[in-house]
Amino acid sequence: MGTYALPDASGHYGPYGGRFVAETLVPALEELEHAYQEAQRDPEFRAELHSELRQFVGRPNPLYHAGRLSRELGGAQIYLKREDLNHTGAHKINNAVGQALLARRMGKKRVIAETGAGQHGVATATVATRYGMECLVYMGEEDIQRQSSNVFRMRLLGAQVTAVSSGTRTLKDALNEALRDWVTNVESTFYVIGTVAGPHPYPVMVRDFHRVIGDEARAQCLELTGRLPDCLIACVGGGSNAIGLFYPFIEDRAVRMIGVEAGGLGLGTGQHAAPLTTGRPGVLHGNRTYLMEDEDGQILPTHSISAGLDYPGVGPEHAYLKDTGRAEYVAATDEEALAAFHRLCRTEGIIPALESAHALAHAFRLAPTMRSDQTIIVNLSGRGDKDIHTVAALEGIHL
Amino acid sequence: MSRLAGLFAQLRDAGRAALIPFMTAGDPSLTATVPLMHALVAAGADAIELGMPFSDPMADGPSIQRASERALARGVKLRMVLEWVREFRTTNSHTPVILMGYLNPVEAMGITSFAEAAATAGVDGVILVDLTPEEGRGEAVVLRQQGIDPIFLLAPTSGPERVATVRSMGSGFVYYVSLRGITGAAQADWAEVLERVQHLHRQLGLPVAIGFGIRDAATVARVATGADAVVVGSALVDQLAACATDQDAIAAATRFIEPLVQAVRSTERRGA
Ligand SMILES: Cc1ncc(COP(=O)(O)O)c(C=O)c1O
Repeated sequence: MGTYALPDASGHYGPYGGRFVAETLVPALEELEHAYQEAQRDPEFRAELHSELRQFVGRPNPLYHAGRLSRELGGAQIYLKREDLNHTGAHKINNAVGQALLARRMGKKRVIAETGAGQHGVATATVATRYGMECLVYMGEEDIQRQSSNVFRMRLLGAQVTAVSSGTRTLKDALNEALRDWVTNVESTFYVIGTVAGPHPYPVMVRDFHRVIGDEARAQCLELTGRLPDCLIACVGGGSNAIGLFYPFIEDRAVRMIGVEAGGLGLGTGQHAAPLTTGRPGVLHGNRTYLMEDEDGQILPTHSISAGLDYPGVGPEHAYLKDTGRAEYVAATDEEALAAFHRLCRTEGIIPALESAHALAHAFRLAPTMRSDQTIIVNLSGRGDKDIHTVAALEGIHL
Repeated sequence: MSRLAGLFAQLRDAGRAALIPFMTAGDPSLTATVPLMHALVAAGADAIELGMPFSDPMADGPSIQRASERALARGVKLRMVLEWVREFRTTNSHTPVILMGYLNPVEAMGITSFAEAAATAGVDGVILVDLTPEEGRGEAVVLRQQGIDPIFLLAPTSGPERVATVRSMGSGFVYYVSLRGITGAAQADWAEVLERVQHLHRQLGLPVAIGFGIRDAATVARVATGADAVVVGSALVDQLAACATDQDAIAAATRFIEPLVQAVRSTERRGA
């Protein structure tokens, strides 16, 4: 692979990525790209971002050695990157802070966002109110039902939450609706995309704002174990927590990188959200990437126990990393994720997000096949408080 | 000469703009599409824009979104849309047909297969809303090889560089999106639109169609003073959505479009 320097100038990762949007948005994306490049070069912007991540988000968060869990599994040592300890409870805030600072710098007074699980919506609502901006979050009707506590959190934070009733009424439709809003209000509005998808420059910008996960984990791992990890594992919805962890390790060829998609009811059932493991390349939401689509190129409905993974596409850089073999992609089912959720609660006293539980599920499969002097870093992308209603309901308990 | 070039040459002589209604293929029924196309032509439409339904129409407002959803629920596929165009062509060889949709279904079919099948069916132009000229170089070449015009969009936000790119890559006509927004949105500032289009017309050397937000005869008349074509979409789709039978749909389409035809035919195209 040589020195990794993607995306290219036009936002492509090999055949993936790019900018597939209605003409009205092209100039806005060009403006955003310039503003972002300038901000990146500006020491003041970088200093403010750094300070916000420390003071407001609570970084750096620990790389925690899950000792009891590792002993139980009887193989590799498992380390958890504790993104769940960030303010608002997930990795999403890293990117929300970055984009909101950029929005303020560009003089935008209104921000919009799409959200699935509600974590990105909460993160965006949080930073919007902190920086004094108006905030509107689009959320599928179905997700509003299963993530009602996050809806309430967003409203507490002063955001307006708009229900999306088109299409499958989940994350992909919320993204469509946010794009429609942006086309309409393009001059006043900054669209804070919540994952490494969307048109260029979003995938690269969101990756850059999340690379702090991998940068910290790399240094912490060297400090704690004296060497690099053997393996990185992260769940993949759009792919932002995964790329944030993976990116700083891309040139460390000995470090395995594994993304875990939502296997839903099983890959054979069609009821899942695993475009990298089962899909094929196509164009959706502004970029070319792997998609779950039927033979006519219509996007398929997805299913996952976790709203945050319930998305038929994936960031274009993951598509590239898959094709080149630099990263591997597997799936964990609802049932496996749920088992992993409970296991982490009971061994380490940590309630993980159902999204993150997919990554844990694969770590639980892999660790016993490895030696006890090897290490796996699992990205614990979020905490599970938002999911307790879902888990309780599955057990017939009404909270 | 292509059908589109022929149409615009003829209208330039006549000194008026074209009226191009948009309808979603397969809505309000599978059997209505071809008869509706003929009915629109019989009532005076100069060309037809036929929507290829997509599950995620991100540039469309509720009217066309819902029409797409309904069409897909009826099982509409891209090959059926092309088959309808072929059927239309068996009795109409002069009215240009432009397909409008999104890239992914076309890519799933394969751009070369699509272009060949579309050319065979008698399609004249293709608008892929999410295919920018930068990303669409390859597709534009394949379409043109089959004699199909790749039609690109320009928007109020497009600067001079974008205009130059579209000029170098588009053919047939250029679609000017009249407002910052989605199909069916609120009305644009028409004075501003017409001024911009007058400039564009000179810069592009291609006919310019104006669409988005045009719902009634008065607006058609206003826009027709400074455009080579006027596209009316969501308002027609709304009329059709309310129809229970194909007969009703054909009557509604005819009733809806007649005053719009009147409007383009009685308005002089200025400054062309
Ligand atoms: C805790 C958590 N992890 C992961 C995800 C999935 O997103 P991504 O794949 O972009 O990290 C979400 C999305 O809502 C989330 O809330």
